[in-house]
Amino acid sequence: MSNPTYTVIFYLFAAITVCSAAFVVFTRNVIYSAFSLLFTFFGVAALYVFLSADFIAVTQVVVYVGGILVLLLFGVMFTNSIMQTGQKSEVTHVVPGTLLLAGIIGALLYTFYTTHGWMPSETTMQGSIVERIGFETMSRYVLPFEMVSILLLAALIGAAFLARFDKPGK
Amino acid sequence: MSSTALSQISMPFLMGNSLNAWSEALVGFNILGLPLGLVILAAIPLVFIALYSLTYGVYGERKISAFMQDRLGPMEVGKWGILQTIADILKLLQKEDIVPSSADKFLFVIGPGILFVGSFLAYAVLPFSSAFIGASLNVGLFYAIGIVALEVVGILAAGWGSNNKWSLYGAVRSVAQIVSYEIPAAIALLCGAMMAGTLDMQQISVLQSGSWGFAHFFLFKTPIAWLPFLIYFIASLAEVNRAPFDIPEAESELVAGYFTEYTGMKFAVIFLAEYGSMFMVSAIISVVFLGGWNSPLPNLGAIALNDWTNGPVWGAFWIISKGFFFIFVQMWLRWTLPRLRVDQLMYLCWKVLTPFAFVSFVLTAIWEVYVP
Repeated sequence: MSNPTYTVIFYLFAAITVCSAAFVVFTRNVIYSAFSLLFTFFGVAALYVFLSADFIAVTQVVVYVGGILVLLLFGVMFTNSIMQTGQKSEVTHVVPGTLLLAGIIGALLYTFYTTHGWMPSETTMQGSIVERIGFETMSRYVLPFEMVSILLLAALIGAAFLARFDKPGK
Repeated sequence: MSSTALSQISMPFLMGNSLNAWSEALVGFNILGLPLGLVILAAIPLVFIALYSLTYGVYGERKISAFMQDRLGPMEVGKWGILQTIADILKLLQKEDIVPSSADKFLFVIGPGILFVGSFLAYAVLPFSSAFIGASLNVGLFYAIGIVALEVVGILAAGWGSNNKWSLYGAVRSVAQIVSYEIPAAIALLCGAMMAGTLDMQQISVLQSGSWGFAHFFLFKTPIAWLPFLIYFIASLAEVNRAPFDIPEAESELVAGYFTEYTGMKFAVIFLAEYGSMFMVSAIISVVFLGGWNSPLPNLGAIALNDWTNGPVWGAFWIISKGFFFIFVQMWLRWTLPRLRVDQLMYLCWKVLTPFAFVSFVLTAIWEVYVP
C-alpha cells in the first residue's frame, strides 16, 4: 500500500471518521448527531477495507447503517422534545469522567508504544475469505453461532410479545 | 472457442478481452501520477445511469405507460415526442431551487445526495461485461444487498428535512418497507449464491456460461430456482418503491411522499436515484438468475449462435438488455396492478414472501447437496 493514491484515500477516510465522530459528540442537535453517525460508520467500514477485511467492512455497513442507525433515527425522530437544543443533563460527573478518559488514553498510548508492528498469522490465507468464514462458523464456532441465534430468537419473541396489542375485553 | 468476425469486434482500445481486462487496464491508467483511470472507471456507470434514465427512463416510461392506457403519450416536441426529455431537462434546469423556509436546510440539501450515492454505490460490483466491472470483490453480492442501507438514510434525511407531514409519512413508510423487504430479497439471493458457491458477481456470471446458452442459467438449472427468482423480483419492486409497492409516494394519499417539497435539480437527482436503483436491482436479478453478460442463445450444431454472440461488447449488450427487460416489466406492472395498503404490504412480506423464501432456501440446499 505504498501507492500515494491509497495513502491519500486512507487519510481522507480517517479524517471523515474522526471529524464526523467529533460532530456526533459536540453538536447540540440530536438529529444531526444521528445523521453524522452515518459518516462515522462508513469511515470505519472503509478503514476495515484498508485492513483487507472486506467481509467485516460490508457487515459493518449492513449491521450498523442498515440496522442500528435506522433504528436510532426512528427513535430520535419519534422523541417529543427533539428540537429543544438547550436541554442538559443535571448529572455531569466531571472528575470520574476525566479520570476515565485519561486512563483510556494512557492505556491506548501504552499499548501503541510498547507493541511493535503487526503480527502476521502463522497460517496464510487460501482462497476466498467468505468461504473460510463460512467453514469456520459451521465447524469450529458452531456452538457460539447457534447460541447467538437462540439469543436473537428469544429477543425477537420478546419484542413481538411487548409490541402486541392487548385484546379488548380481557 | 472459434474466433469469428463478430467476436473480433469485441476488442476496443486494444485491451484484450480476458476477464476484467478493460477495468484492470483502466485502473493502471495514470496521467502525471494522477489516477485518472480510477475516475473514469467510476464515471462510466454514472454516465450510463444519466443516459439511460433520460432516454429509456423518462421518455420510455411515458411512452410505455401511454400505450398501456391506449393513449399516445408525448407527441408535440419533435417526431413522436422524441425531444420531450430535452424540453423537460431545460425546464428543470431553469426552475427556481426552492428550500422551504421552515425546512431543516442541511438535511434538506444532503438528502437527495445521500439517496443518489446509495443507489450509485452498488454499481461498483455490477459486472457490465466480462471485461468490465468496477471492483471484483469476493463479497460483491453481499455488498450490493447491504449498500442499499444508505438509501434508507437518504430518504429519512429528505423526509425529515422537508418539515412536512406528507414527507415524513412517506419517508417512514418507505423505510419500513425497504427494511422489511430486504429480508426475503436477501434470502432469495442467497439461493443463487448457494448454487454458485461464491459471492463474487463476476464469478457467478462465469459459472453460468456454456455452449447451451440459457440452459446454463441458474434459473433453469434447478426445478426450484423460479421460486427465489420470483420472490426476489417482488421484493426488489418494494425495495425501489415501484408500484404496486409505491405507498411511500402514493400520490392520492401523500401528495408525493418524501419528495413533496423538492423542485428543480434536487427533484431530478431523486428521480435519477430511483432510476439508478431500478437498473441496479434488474442487473442483480439478471446476474444471479439469468447469467449476467452471457448470451442466452444456444449453439445449434454448426450454427454456433452462442459463440458468435459472446464476448465483452456482446456481454455489455446482453446485461443491459436483460436489465432493460426487467425495467420494462416494472413499468408494465406499475400500470397494471393497484397499490397495496400498508397492512397488505406487511402481510405479503412477513407471512408470504419470507416463509416461501425459507422454503426455497431449504429446497435449494437439499438440491445442491443431494442432486449431482
